[in-house]
Amino acid sequence: MSLLKIENISKSYSAHKALQRVSMEIPQGVIFGLLGPNGAGKTTLIRIINQIIEADSGAIYFEGNQLSEEHIRQIGYLPEERGLYKKMKVGEQLVYLGQLRGLSLKEATNRGKAWCEKLSIRDWWGKKVEDLSKGMAQKIQFISTVMHEPKLIILDEPFSGFDPVNANLIKDEILELREKGSTIIFSTHRMESVEQLCDHIAMIHKSEKILDGSKLDVKEQYRDGSFAIEYKSGTIQSAPEFEVLSTEEIGRGLQRTIVKFDPEANPNELLKQLLGQVEIHSFIEQVPNMNDIFIQLVKDEDPVLIEEAITN
Amino acid sequence: MNKIFLIIQREFMTRVKKKSFLLATILVPLIFPAVIGAMVYVKMQEEKNKEQETVFILNESDLVSFEDSESYAYVAVEGPIDSAKAEYNSSDAFALIYVPKIDLEDPSGITFYAKTTPGVTLVRGFEKNIERQLRDRKLTLAGLSDDQLDQLKTDVSIASFNLLETGDEQKSDTNSTFWISYVMGFLIYIFLFAYGSQVMQGVIEEKSSKIVEVIVSTVRPLQMMVGKVIGVASVGIVQFVIWMVLMSVIWSIGISFLGVDLTSTVPAEEQMKSNEILGVIADVNWTQIILLFLFYFLGGYLLYGALFAAVGSAVDTPADAQQFMMPIMLPIIISLMGLFLFVFEEPNGGPSFWLSIIPFTSPIVMMGRVGFGVPAWEIALSMVLLVAGFIFTLWLAGRIYRIGILMHGTKVNYKVLAKWLMMKN
Repeated sequence: MSLLKIENISKSYSAHKALQRVSMEIPQGVIFGLLGPNGAGKTTLIRIINQIIEADSGAIYFEGNQLSEEHIRQIGYLPEERGLYKKMKVGEQLVYLGQLRGLSLKEATNRGKAWCEKLSIRDWWGKKVEDLSKGMAQKIQFISTVMHEPKLIILDEPFSGFDPVNANLIKDEILELREKGSTIIFSTHRMESVEQLCDHIAMIHKSEKILDGSKLDVKEQYRDGSFAIEYKSGTIQSAPEFEVLSTEEIGRGLQRTIVKFDPEANPNELLKQLLGQVEIHSFIEQVPNMNDIFIQLVKDEDPVLIEEAITN
Repeated sequence: MNKIFLIIQREFMTRVKKKSFLLATILVPLIFPAVIGAMVYVKMQEEKNKEQETVFILNESDLVSFEDSESYAYVAVEGPIDSAKAEYNSSDAFALIYVPKIDLEDPSGITFYAKTTPGVTLVRGFEKNIERQLRDRKLTLAGLSDDQLDQLKTDVSIASFNLLETGDEQKSDTNSTFWISYVMGFLIYIFLFAYGSQVMQGVIEEKSSKIVEVIVSTVRPLQMMVGKVIGVASVGIVQFVIWMVLMSVIWSIGISFLGVDLTSTVPAEEQMKSNEILGVIADVNWTQIILLFLFYFLGGYLLYGALFAAVGSAVDTPADAQQFMMPIMLPIIISLMGLFLFVFEEPNGGPSFWLSIIPFTSPIVMMGRVGFGVPAWEIALSMVLLVAGFIFTLWLAGRIYRIGILMHGTKVNYKVLAKWLMMKN
């Protein structure tokens, strides 16, 4: 059974349609990438799941039950626009946020301390937030999101503001949370982290869902049959069965050519044809990465938006 | 409910733990009486040390004469008036009074010269002096003897009492009632502004530090707003109670010192008068006033605090808040002006009544009126309306707040606020 089932959610603000009949299922125990360019409606959907705003129509089911106030306890949310009370001490803050999510004072204190220990910021427990570096504040926010051990964790751009070392630390924590059975919705523009982390993805564009499925299925779907070949002795030319897209010198006397072949056909056929022509050193299928898929999808819909989506 | 309590607790604790809270709580009850005491002392010293002012008199009439008093020493100068003026200018005398030959029936042409514009009461004093002499002169002409004239003088001092519904009489003193009203009305005014703007700053801080979205994913925005408003209010009440306790301690210490002082130096007659004033202060129904004060403080504060919170939620910085402050401040300022213009003049007149009934002005104006005695039904009506008023503003503010706190970088004007108000959740 899926953890979260979203059915025909629509939401509009006066004239602007933020979401139109969006449906998706988020399976138990996966990292679910929620993708889409700015203004596509991701934040609106996330806010609806968090019950910050209400959908105009449609329904959401959490473990089969209609989403309600009692599920707040089961959800951890790290918004994109996030912060902390500057004048409060780290410990007080974690305990307060933990209590708001339904932990008792004692539980919140113990878990807060344990997490601080784990992320090696235990020394900062009694310090004020305003004295923290941005990266450390981000760790505190991450702890406050997960310390009540929610079944569903929603992370909106979790890596912004982290240096690579701490980003890796958090990445490992996210993977560990999944191992322990949490389901994670992960909203981001950074396709490389989608590539690394996500099991499942959905994409929203212009308030509608345009893609949904496991990462592997999506990649399979977007395979276009292009192969990269590195070789010596001669140059590959287009033939009736395949088309040469580009060729370049890559040093050591090697050339690299990208060819497009029928994605449904057996690559052995291509290899057989090439074997007679050149001396092959490497033969790799060019599986599309998420970035390519993202850009292609957005471009199909609206070419102007790509620039913005990439820079963000 | 548990979560609202958490929010109230946080708001309360973070404020109470601040050093500025501790300082204000301890220093205000010490500083205010000290400042008032110092001002009274200076005033008394000035009265005591006041030197006799020299006043030049050019008196061409035989109808009036001037005798030296405590404040003025009169020096006769020679005429004509031009030379008298010259003499006055070269002297350091306080004033020159010119009384030409006047007719008893039409005493015109009396002139008062001074180097600076004289106060109204000062000139009025001289006028009265001359009027009295002319009246005596007329009475003498009508055949009254000096003895009869003396007998005409009666010194009347009206003792005023409030007749209570129980039939008891209570000594009233307009002067101290005025002061109680003034202080109470003004305190509410200060509290509304001080704590109202604390609410607003708190909301802006939460919005600019971007903590709001985390919080509203765990509690309803209305709970968050109400929690903040009540949290700040509880700080205010705690502070007020501490002030009252500290001040009454300081007051009783002060009185015991003063009491000793009074018996030794002040003549019996004046001592009786000051005892009377103390008696009036003791007679005032302090329990009623303090309870009413707490009610009107809370009611007024909830009413305005909600509006302040709504403004805070709509803007990104305190500077942006300015444009929305005017409609909130206007009724508060009208209340204070009403206190001076209507309540002190006519505490039970029409404008005073209406201002103390309308929820937006009633906290300040009703507190100004209670010292003078207000019928119970008026207080009850005003209280009920105030409760209805703050429920209304809390609802109104809640609708703006829930949208506003999640909006960043939006240019907000009244039209946008109206749109938020109507927007469904």
